[in-house]
Amino acid sequence: MPKIGSIEELRALKERAQKDMKVRLGSGTRITVGLGTCGIAAGARETMRAVVDELARREMDATVNTVGCIGMCFNEPLVDIEQAGSPRITYGNVTADRVPRIIEEHLVGGKVIEEWVVGRLDTGGN
Amino acid sequence: MAQAYRANVLVCAGTGCQASGSKETLAALRAEVQRRGLAEEVRVMETGCRGFCAMGPVVTIYPEGIFYCGVHAADAEELVEETLVKGRVVERLAYREPATHASVASYSEIPFYGKQVRIALRNCGVINPESIDEYIARDGYAALAKVVSEMEPQQVIDLAKQAGLRGRGGAGFPAGLKWEFARNARGDKKYVICNADEGDPGAFMDRSILEGDPHSVVEGMLIGAYAIGADEGYVYCRAEYPLAVRNLTHAIEKATEYGFLGNNILGSDFSFMLHLKEGAGAFVCGEETALMASIEGRRGEPRPRPPFPAVSGLWGKPTNINNVETWANVPQVFLNGAEWFRSIGTEKSKGTKVFALTGKVNNTGLIEVPMGITMREIVFDIGGGMLKGKKFKAVQTGGPLGGTLPASLLDTPIDYDSLTAAGATMGSGGMIVVDEDTCMVEFARFFLEFASAESCGKCVPCRVGGQRMLDVVRRITDGEGTPEDLEALPLIAAEMKNASLCALGQLTPSPVLSTLRFFRDEYLAHIEDGRCPTGKCPTITVAPCNSACPAEVDAAAYIALTAQGRYDEALEIHRRTNPFAVVCGRVCYAFCEKHCRRGEVDEPVAIRSIKRFMAESAIAKEWNPPRLDDDRPERVAVVGAGPAGLTAALRLAQFGFKVTVFDALDEPGGMMIAGIPQHRLPQDVLRAEISNVLRAGVDVKCNSVLGRDFSLADLQETGGFDAVILALGTRKKRGLDVPAADALQAMGLNLDEDGRIAVDRAFQTSLPRVFAAGDAVIGHSSVVEAVGQGNRVAAVVNHFLRTGEVKRVRFSVECAIPEAAWNPADYVDAKRAEPAYTTAESAKGRSIRVEDVWDEKTAIEECKRCLRCDLDWQKMMAKRRQEALNEAAL
Repeated sequence: MPKIGSIEELRALKERAQKDMKVRLGSGTRITVGLGTCGIAAGARETMRAVVDELARREMDATVNTVGCIGMCFNEPLVDIEQAGSPRITYGNVTADRVPRIIEEHLVGGKVIEEWVVGRLDTGGN
Repeated sequence: MAQAYRANVLVCAGTGCQASGSKETLAALRAEVQRRGLAEEVRVMETGCRGFCAMGPVVTIYPEGIFYCGVHAADAEELVEETLVKGRVVERLAYREPATHASVASYSEIPFYGKQVRIALRNCGVINPESIDEYIARDGYAALAKVVSEMEPQQVIDLAKQAGLRGRGGAGFPAGLKWEFARNARGDKKYVICNADEGDPGAFMDRSILEGDPHSVVEGMLIGAYAIGADEGYVYCRAEYPLAVRNLTHAIEKATEYGFLGNNILGSDFSFMLHLKEGAGAFVCGEETALMASIEGRRGEPRPRPPFPAVSGLWGKPTNINNVETWANVPQVFLNGAEWFRSIGTEKSKGTKVFALTGKVNNTGLIEVPMGITMREIVFDIGGGMLKGKKFKAVQTGGPLGGTLPASLLDTPIDYDSLTAAGATMGSGGMIVVDEDTCMVEFARFFLEFASAESCGKCVPCRVGGQRMLDVVRRITDGEGTPEDLEALPLIAAEMKNASLCALGQLTPSPVLSTLRFFRDEYLAHIEDGRCPTGKCPTITVAPCNSACPAEVDAAAYIALTAQGRYDEALEIHRRTNPFAVVCGRVCYAFCEKHCRRGEVDEPVAIRSIKRFMAESAIAKEWNPPRLDDDRPERVAVVGAGPAGLTAALRLAQFGFKVTVFDALDEPGGMMIAGIPQHRLPQDVLRAEISNVLRAGVDVKCNSVLGRDFSLADLQETGGFDAVILALGTRKKRGLDVPAADALQAMGLNLDEDGRIAVDRAFQTSLPRVFAAGDAVIGHSSVVEAVGQGNRVAAVVNHFLRTGEVKRVRFSVECAIPEAAWNPADYVDAKRAEPAYTTAESAKGRSIRVEDVWDEKTAIEECKRCLRCDLDWQKMMAKRRQEALNEAAL
C-alpha cells in the first residue's frame, strides 16, 4: 500500500473502500462475531469456530468477520448476519451449540429465529 | 495467459440452489450468452454456496456486484439482455430482504440503545477493528485531513474549546485549554500521551474502544499533536489488556503504512510518531505523573505538581495527556464541528459519556449516553431495571475512588458538576449498581481495600491513612466497631484529602465517606447490634436469615431443630429473641426469606410457614419465661402493650425488675389486636402468647391513657418507677396519633422532625429516665421490628438501672448451632413447598381464603431445603481460630 500523500488520495481511498465493501456485502453473506474481551469471556471464540466449521461442513462461501464490543455484554456472544447489504440481524447469547440452527434457519431457510434475535442494526454495512 | 473477461456471471451451484434448479439456470445463461455472441467477453461459471439457499438459484455479476435471487432458466434471456447488454439492473430479480427481517426491532427501538448517543463508540462493534479501510469508509482520518490542510494549530485549540470537550478520565478538565497550555509551553520537543491505564474494578470503557475502534484514538491523538506541536506520542496501556494491545499495535502499523503516522502526513509539514507502552498494572500509574515516570522506565510513583505536565512532562518536555475516550471523541468533534458537539449534553458538560454499566441490573454492558441523562434512566431504561426484581439500593460511580448515590438521588442528572455536588464523581465511567442484598459497609470496605492496596507508598497520608481507615472499617464489619469509629473515619479522610500527593490518596476515602453519608444506619446496625442486615459480613453473619431479622431470631437453629421434630426446643430458641412466634408465624413480613441463600439457587426456604407449624405444634405447653439475672428492687413502667412494650416488659422481668405495663385499650396487644384482622390473627392465638409473656411477672393496667389518666410525673414521683419506657405505637406513617402527641408535648417531651418521639441512640428521650421505643420512634412498622425495639430498649434500661450509665448496649443472644441432621445434597432438587389454604370468615362475614398451617411432613421436608449456613460459619470460624493459633506458634 503506497502512502496516502494528500486529501484527494484519502477521499479516493474512502470511495473505493466504500464501494468495495458495498460490492462485497451486496452480493454475499457476512457473519460477524463480536470478539471483544467480553465476547471472548462469554465463549465467542468457540462460537466463531462453530460458525467456520458449520460453513465448511455445508460448503458455504460466506464471509466471517469480527468486531469489538458493541456494548450489550449481557447478550454476548453476539452474532450478526448481513445478507446482500441489508441491515444486520443480531442474535444474542449465541453459544457454539446454537450456531447450526441459526445457519440452518436463517441462511438456508431464510427465516429469522425470533426467540434468539436481539435487534436489527441499520448503521452497518456501508 | 488467462483470458480477461468484461463480466463474470457466477451461478451458485450449492446444494440449496441446485435443488431450486440452478443447473438449468446455468445452462440457460450459457446458451443465451452464446446465442448473443458474448462468449468472448462474458464468462458464466459455477460458484459455491453464498448462504442464500432460501432464495436460490442466486446469480452474481461482477465487477458490479449485482446480486440476483430466484433466477430460473426462463429469466436468462431478460437478464442477459438487460444487464449484460444494456448494463441495467433487473429490479424484479434483485435481492429483497425477507419480510420476517423487517419485523425485527431496530437497535434504536431496543430500550438498551433507545437513549444512547454513540460518538466515542460509534464504530465499536460495527467495523472490523483490524480493517483500516472500514474505518476510512466511515469517515476515518477525514477529520485529520481537514485539520492539517485547513486549520492552524491555534484554530484547532479554539475549536476544541468552543466545543466544550472536557477530559473523560475523571477530572473533567477542558481539553482545549489543556492543549493550549502545552502549545504555549516553551520547548522544541513536545509529547502527547494517551492514558489507557484503566484499572477500576468493573470498568472497561477504554478497553472496548481500543479493541473495537483503535484508529479513532490514533486519529484523535494526531489532531491533538498537531494542535500542540508535538511530533511524538505514547499510548500507555496496561498489559492485562492483550487484545487492546494487539489491535492498537496493528492499527499503528496500518496507519504508518498508509502514511497517517510518519513524516509529512497527508502531504503537510506535520510529522508524528506513535508508540505503545505497556504498563504492568499498577493502579497508581493512571495518575499522570506516575504514568510518565513509568514510560521513562522509572518506578511508577506520582510527584508533586506543579510543574504540570504541560510545562514539564515526559523527559522534562511539555506533554499533554488525555485518556482514551477523550481522544476517541476528538475526530468526531472536528468532523462535525463545535456547534454539533455543543448541542449534545448540558450547559457545562457537553457531549456524551461512556459508562461500563455493571452490577445487579438486567442489561449490563457498555453504554454511551448524552450528558444530563438521569441515573434513573440509565438504571431502569437502558439497564432494564434490577435483576430478579430486587430493590435498587445504590449506584457507585467513578470506581473505587468515586462515590455512592442512593435511591433518593436517582434523578440526579449525570454531568461532572451534579455528580460532584451529590458526593459522587464522574470518574472515568465505572457504574456499579447494587440492590437491597448488598451491605454498604462491606461494599465500602471492598473499594477501600482495593485503593489502599494500590497505594504506591510514597506519601505517608495515603500509605498509612488508607491502612488505618481499613482497620476501622474492618473492625466495623467484624462487629467490633464503636460509635467513636464513626467520628474517626471522617477525620482520617480529611487528613488524607489534604495531605496526599495525588488523587489516589486524596480520594481513597470517598466510598467510605459517601456510604457513611447515605447509609449511616447500616454502619450503626453493625456497631450497635453487631448485625449485618444483609448478611454479607461473614464474621457476624452466622446465617443471613438470622442477620436479616430485625429481632435477630435464630431462624437457622429453629429450622434445624424443627427438621428433627424437636419443636419445644425450636420454640424455646425463638422465644429467646422473640416471644411472639405464633403471631409472627402468621403475619411476619419474613425479612429472613429475602436474604436466604437458598433464594440465590432457586427459592428461599419458606421460613415463616415453618415457623408457624413449629410454633403451633408446641404452643399448647405453658411457657414460664426463664429468669436471666438476679432480682432487683427497681421498678419499670412500660406505657403501651403492643409488641414493643410487651417485649420490653418481658425482658426486664426476665432481667429481674418489677414491671408494670399501662395500656389505653381494655386488653393488652396493641396493634396486634387493633390492627390485624381476626381471620389473619385470631384473638385466642394472640391471647395465649400474651399470657405467656405476662407469666414472667409483668403487671398490666388496662384502660389507662397517658395524659388523661396519668402523667409521666405521676409515674416517676407518686408511682415510684425508676424508669419509664414509652412504647405508644402509632397508626401513622409519619408522626404520632394526635392525642398522644399533644399529651407528650404538654409533658415536656420533644418530638423529632417527623413528629415522632425524639430519642438518642440509647433510646433516651429528652426527659431523664424516660425511654422510648417501637413505632412511636421508628414509625409504623411490623410486629418483628417492634419486638427488636423492645429487646434493645430493655437491654439499655437494664444497663442503666444496674450501672447508672445511659448507653446503647447490645441485646445479644448467641446463636445455637444444632448439629447436621440430614444431607443437604439430597435436597438439591427439592422445590419450595406451596402454602396450605383454608377458608375463614372475614370481618364483614364473607368467606375468604386464608393460609393454613402445614402438615408435619410438608414442614419437615421444607426445613431440609435449608443450606445450613450456620454450619459453614462454624467451620469458617474454627478454621480462623486454628490459623491464628498456628500463627501464634510460629
